[in-house]
Amino acid sequence: MSATDPGASIPDDARPKLPRGVRLAQSEAQGGWVLLAPERVFKADAIAVEIIKRCTGEATFGAIIDDLASAYAAPREKILADVTVLLRTLADKRLLEL
Amino acid sequence: MGLPMLHKPLGLLAELTHRCPLGCPYCSNPLALDDRQGELDTATWARVFKEAAALGVLHVHLSGGEPGARRDLVEITSASHAAGLYTNLITSAVGITEKTLGALAEAGLDHVQISIQHSDATAADHIAGYAGAFARKLALAAEVVRLGLPLTVNAVVHRANIDCIGDMVDLALELRASRVEIAHAQYYGWALTNRAMLMPTADQVERASRRVEELRKQHHGSIVIDAVVPDYHARFPKPCVGGWGRRSLNVTPTGKVLPCHAAESITGLEFWNVREHSLADIWANAPAFNAFRGTGWMKEPCASCPRREVDFGGCRCQAFALTGDAAATDPVCHLAPEHTRVTTLAAIQSDAPYIYRRM
Repeated sequence: MSATDPGASIPDDARPKLPRGVRLAQSEAQGGWVLLAPERVFKADAIAVEIIKRCTGEATFGAIIDDLASAYAAPREKILADVTVLLRTLADKRLLEL
Repeated sequence: MGLPMLHKPLGLLAELTHRCPLGCPYCSNPLALDDRQGELDTATWARVFKEAAALGVLHVHLSGGEPGARRDLVEITSASHAAGLYTNLITSAVGITEKTLGALAEAGLDHVQISIQHSDATAADHIAGYAGAFARKLALAAEVVRLGLPLTVNAVVHRANIDCIGDMVDLALELRASRVEIAHAQYYGWALTNRAMLMPTADQVERASRRVEELRKQHHGSIVIDAVVPDYHARFPKPCVGGWGRRSLNVTPTGKVLPCHAAESITGLEFWNVREHSLADIWANAPAFNAFRGTGWMKEPCASCPRREVDFGGCRCQAFALTGDAAATDPVCHLAPEHTRVTTLAAIQSDAPYIYRRM
C-alpha cells in the first residue's frame, strides 16, 4: 500500500474543499461540531473547525495559512505544518479534496 | 452495579415502507411485512426526525423496503434535512426516477446507496427476482454521479456471488462510487429462511477475505472498501449494532422503535411506538431498549469475558434464533457453549431454489 505521507507538502495554490456528501455540522446533543460523511462521524475540535470552515474551494491553501497565522498570531511555519497534517489526513480518508 | 450508562444514539434507520419490487432472498426485513395502510404519515416522520436530532442522532438512513415506493419521499427527505440530519438514501434503484432523484438532491439529500446483486446482469436479476433491475441500477447510479451526489454501492455477498467480489468492486469503480460495501449476508429473517441456499463454503469465505485485502491495497485512495464479516465463519462474534441500545435505533414502517432491524424476531420483548411516545422516552425507557443494554444481563462466558465491552456478547437476535435464549452468548463465539451449532450450520449448503421475499 502506498502509505500517504501526512507531512507531504500541499501546493500554495490548491483550493481545498469538502466534497459533496461531507459536511461540518453542529450537534448540541453530541456536545459540539462533527464532520459528517457516509457512515462516518468525526468529532471536530475547535481548531479543526476553524481550519475546515476555511476549506470552501475558494480560498487557496496559501491564503488559508496566512489567515490562520494572523487570526491566531502564531508562526506561519507552525500553522503550515499543523494544517498540512490535518488536511492530508482528511484527504486520505476522502473527506477533503485538495 | 448501577444502571447501565445511557449513550446518545448516532444513527437512525428509518424503514419508510416494507413495500419493494425486488424479492432478494436475504432481505433484512422481517418475514411478517407491514402493509401500506399501517405506514406512518409524512408529519409523523418529520416529528421523529426532529426528536432524533435533539437526541443526538447525526445520520438518518432512509430505507425500506424500497423507499421510492413512498409518494412523499421528497417531503420526507426535506424534513430530515431540515432537522439538520445527514440524510442517506438506501435504495434498490427500482422505482426512483431521474426526476425524483433530482428533487431529492434539491431537498437536501446527502448521499445515495444503491444495492447490486451481482456483476453480471442475468445473475443479478435472478438473485433480485426482478427482470431488468440491474440495468435500472446502472442508470440511476450514473444519474447520482451526474448530480454530484456521493454514491455507495452495496453488495450483499453469498455463495452465488462470493467468487465475483473483484468484479463487483470493478463495477463500483466504473460507476464512480466513492465507497463500496462488501457485506456478507447476515442470517436473520429472509436470509435465515434461505440460509442453506446462500451459505458460502469455508474455502470461499477464506478466499473472499484475502481478495478484499488485496482489493483494498490495489484501490487505496480511489474507493473506500468496507466489509461486513461473514460471522458464521468467525471465531468472535460481531459487536452487533455497536451494542444494544447504545449507538443506533430503527423505526419500522408502522412506527415501532427497535434497537436493531431484526429485534422483533426475539419473542417477549416490549417495543414502544412513536405514535404514543417521544423518541427520547423510548430510547431511555422502552423495555426492549433496556433488555440488553450494558453488561448486567450477561451470563457466562460473557459476564467475565475481557471482550464483553468490545463485542457486547455478539448479536442478541442470533443468540435467540440459534439457541432459543436471547441472553445467551452469540453462538458464533468459539467460547459459546453452543458454538458447534454454528459450525454445523455453516457446513450445510443447498442448491434448492431461493424462497423470494414477497409481501
